[in-house]
Amino acid sequence: MEPSALVLIVALPFVAGLVTLVLRSDSRALATAIAGATTLACLVLTALLYPSVSSGGSIRRDVEWIPSLGLDFALRMDGFAWFFAFLVSGIGLLVVIYSRYYISPEDPVRRFYFLFLAFMGSMLGIVLSGNLILLVIFWELTSIFSFLLVGYWHHNPAARDGARMALTVTAAGGLALLAGVLLIGHIVGSYDLDAVLDSGNLIRDNALYVPALVLILLGAFTKSAQFPFHFWLPNAMAAPTPVSAFLHSATLVKAGVFLMARLWPVLSGTPEWFIIVGLVGMASFVLGAYLAMFQQDLKGLLAYSTISHLGLTTLLLSLGSPLGLVAAIFHMLNHATFKASLFMAAGIIDHESGTRDLRRLSGLFRYMPITGTLATVASAAMAGVPLLNGFLSKEMFFAEAVATHADSWVDVAAPYAAVLGSALAVTYSMRLIHSIFMGAPPESFPREPHEPPFWMGFPVTFLVIACLVVGIVPGLTIGPFLKVAASAALGTPAPEYSLAVWHGFTVPFAMSLVALGGGTLLYILIGNYLEKAERPPFFGRIEGNRIFEVVMMAISWRGARFVEAVFGTRRLQPQMLALVVVAILAALLPLSGGLGFGSFRGGVVDPTFVILWAVGMACAVAAAYQAKYHRLAALVLMGGTGLVTCMTFVWLSAPDLAATQLVVEIVTTVLIMLGLRWLPKRSETLVEPGGLLARLRRARDFAVAVIAGAGMAAISYAVMTRTPPDTIANFFVEKSYSEGGGLNIVNVILVDFRGFDTLGEITVLGIVALTVFALLRRFRPAPDTIERPEQQRIQYAYDEEDPDREPGATASDYLFVPSIIMQWMFAVVIVLAAYLLLRGHDAPGGGFAAGVALAAGFILQYMAAGTNWVESRLRVLPVKWIGGGLLLAAFTGAAAILFGRPFLTSYFRYADLPLIGKVPMASAALFDLGVFALVVGATVLMLIAIAHQSIRRLRSARIEEQP
Amino acid sequence: MMELTLAIAIGVLAGSGVWLILRPRTYQVVIGLSLLSYAVNLFIFSMGRLRVGAPPVLGAGGAADPAGYADPVPQALVLTAIVIGFATTALFLVVLIASRGLTGSDHVDGREQR
Repeated sequence: MEPSALVLIVALPFVAGLVTLVLRSDSRALATAIAGATTLACLVLTALLYPSVSSGGSIRRDVEWIPSLGLDFALRMDGFAWFFAFLVSGIGLLVVIYSRYYISPEDPVRRFYFLFLAFMGSMLGIVLSGNLILLVIFWELTSIFSFLLVGYWHHNPAARDGARMALTVTAAGGLALLAGVLLIGHIVGSYDLDAVLDSGNLIRDNALYVPALVLILLGAFTKSAQFPFHFWLPNAMAAPTPVSAFLHSATLVKAGVFLMARLWPVLSGTPEWFIIVGLVGMASFVLGAYLAMFQQDLKGLLAYSTISHLGLTTLLLSLGSPLGLVAAIFHMLNHATFKASLFMAAGIIDHESGTRDLRRLSGLFRYMPITGTLATVASAAMAGVPLLNGFLSKEMFFAEAVATHADSWVDVAAPYAAVLGSALAVTYSMRLIHSIFMGAPPESFPREPHEPPFWMGFPVTFLVIACLVVGIVPGLTIGPFLKVAASAALGTPAPEYSLAVWHGFTVPFAMSLVALGGGTLLYILIGNYLEKAERPPFFGRIEGNRIFEVVMMAISWRGARFVEAVFGTRRLQPQMLALVVVAILAALLPLSGGLGFGSFRGGVVDPTFVILWAVGMACAVAAAYQAKYHRLAALVLMGGTGLVTCMTFVWLSAPDLAATQLVVEIVTTVLIMLGLRWLPKRSETLVEPGGLLARLRRARDFAVAVIAGAGMAAISYAVMTRTPPDTIANFFVEKSYSEGGGLNIVNVILVDFRGFDTLGEITVLGIVALTVFALLRRFRPAPDTIERPEQQRIQYAYDEEDPDREPGATASDYLFVPSIIMQWMFAVVIVLAAYLLLRGHDAPGGGFAAGVALAAGFILQYMAAGTNWVESRLRVLPVKWIGGGLLLAAFTGAAAILFGRPFLTSYFRYADLPLIGKVPMASAALFDLGVFALVVGATVLMLIAIAHQSIRRLRSARIEEQP
Repeated sequence: MMELTLAIAIGVLAGSGVWLILRPRTYQVVIGLSLLSYAVNLFIFSMGRLRVGAPPVLGAGGAADPAGYADPVPQALVLTAIVIGFATTALFLVVLIASRGLTGSDHVDGREQR
């Protein structure tokens, strides 16, 4: 029960998201209700699982995925994962309630909730992954969905740019993370999270530790917007505010620090970890706070503040002490609560007053006292004012910063950086409240501000109360949960710590006082300057996003143009030549040690075989020679080669191939003949002038062709003269009857052993047929092919001269006898196709050959009586055949699942039918029937689509004739 | 000798095909691809070695000695390759027709060179 709940928590948001996507476009309330119910269900399920993880245990659910690669769909929940899952789904629920009022009816609501839910599912996936590769997959999914969410208002260029930048940075980090995870898997020998967490010493002592660490940290830093990758976060503020509240406070950006905490027992504690993580964390903490002070956009201020607080968390994680980890986890929660509420409050201010520019906002308190109070309390939590949750974790942070962890200057600098960053946090928090709510109201707002509807303000109220309650009675509220989470993250019981508001007059408390006092003083001194600052002094010029733009420009525009200028061509022939030459070189490379012909010489050759191929080769060469001026001759010659190939299959023990090749040959020939009609006239008398250059080109192509052919011949001979090694063929021969229930091994391979491949193949076939159909729907013939062909003109002229003759009579007279035969043959062809299909499992035949044969039967009717005649009598509906065939094949495969077997497992037995006798009844036969139907549909659709053009020609000719 | 014959045949078919796909007319390219696919199909087929009179169809009862049958795996591969090759030819043919209708030219680039 419990393990299934894990799957449910991750799967539910995705399923519900897809459901919202197919709702009617006006069902805004229903979409909101679905999203709310889903997040609530995830929250309740998570809450119900608490007893299973509270005593230090974990829940697992393993589904085998690709075991040979060590990749399982493993979900795992321990105390730490529980803590995060609860946070994600809890904030998710509040944000859904909030968005109900924020997202306007003009916006595509279904898309919003789909993306929102899918993002939440991916985020829960990261948190609950029990396999590192799976974690990376969910990680990338969050990057993609956050890209789509940030770019939700895609008509806004800033949103598009911000989304693209966020995706580029975080997805690049995701790739680095994947590489790092692969290294970890290589060291440990498993991607399983439990196994990895048990191998801390193994990993830290390995020579690959540093590369793995750096790669994983790149992933974490980019995701958590840590310096120097922080610049994407402020740019992502073009997102709708609910997205910012969810992604940029509680979830997406927390994924990075979550990962660092998750792998903390394995990766931390080394000097490399301490220096890299500590420096990055410290830089982000101080720099983020510094830059936040100068922002004029309310959300921009919050974004930089987020960078700063995540830097604080990173710094705590770098210390390598268990208490640091506890403080980091605590601060992740605290930051999520006060920052989510601030983002939502910012959204309310923006929504109700029409602007979020700090220079334009002021005196809002008298219009919205409740929102003002709530935002003030949340900002105080952000600043670390006592009796609020932010104070507690900041207190722990100060204590850890003062304590000595490693002998280096980073450790010495930590307490000063901590006080400095916290003081700046006080300054920007004060600025936020003071410039928005205090002072005189301006003459006019874009909109007359007022309090939001109750339910829009509710999430903010709830979170602010949480800040207060946790801040006042931490031990009674968050205490036990934090202990469970911290013990699970540590892997050992959590160290002793005290969650109290008052610890006496200690060094950390003194640091808090200094930070509060210093920050206030700083705001009093430079508050007015901050209101007018265009850009921050000192660091303002180092703009990460400018560097990013320059790099992207160089790669994606200049680089691409350079490559195109050097290597690019719009002509096909040079591309083909390059392709062939590269293929030849690639084939030569492994042969540098010599070709090594085998010793097997085979028996005496039958002279007939030699003569056969002498004809076959002559046909091929002649076809190559004639293809330019004598298209029909080339087609006939090509057919000759095809027939020789077909006979070769018969000769060399491949009856199935021969049958298929024969029918395909027929259909291909008909098809190309239908197409010949639309090509321009070309005759040898109109030879184009060919200069020396043209002759040289031909000589070069000829040489390439000869080399390619000689190479193919040499390689084939080298392979054929070697004694074959033991191959998987033995397996198929031995198991074909006992497990596949068929005597025709080739057919059993196709419909049973490799049925999945066949399913893919027929899908491709169906797609090609539909593409052909679609391409020809808007076909317009070239002007010189609109007229009737010359022969038809003569025939029609003859018919018109004679009053007794109908127009077109001569053409039907020519084909009178053949057409009778062809019509009579229809039934025979149908029987043949059925015969080929039914015997396929035990004797040469099968769905492919039968399908093409039946299609040939249809095409005979078109040839015999003309398109109009057939279409008025016979409704073939090829698209239905295609769809039906594909569904039949897929359902036959899926039926195996009902019996608890893997997809496409076949079942067979012999049934005794009266009169007919013993008949094999394999489920594979049904699959083959699906293949048959699809091949019939696809082939007929293509042939009809091309044949139909002759009618269209008449239509367009008629339009031309009309004045 | 059987092997030598078939190897030369594969070479000639492949060479003719390569020559044609380097030509400027769309029709030549279509025919060339077809010839090339014959060559490649035969090549893949020959990976299972040449056997006369040993089709991979079991006798009644399914008694199976692998030595007595031609290799079925390349045959299965080639069988699907034949059908997919047919689909590709059809697709190219239609692209050819459509491009001819749109551009008025049967040159592979949609316009005459120079």
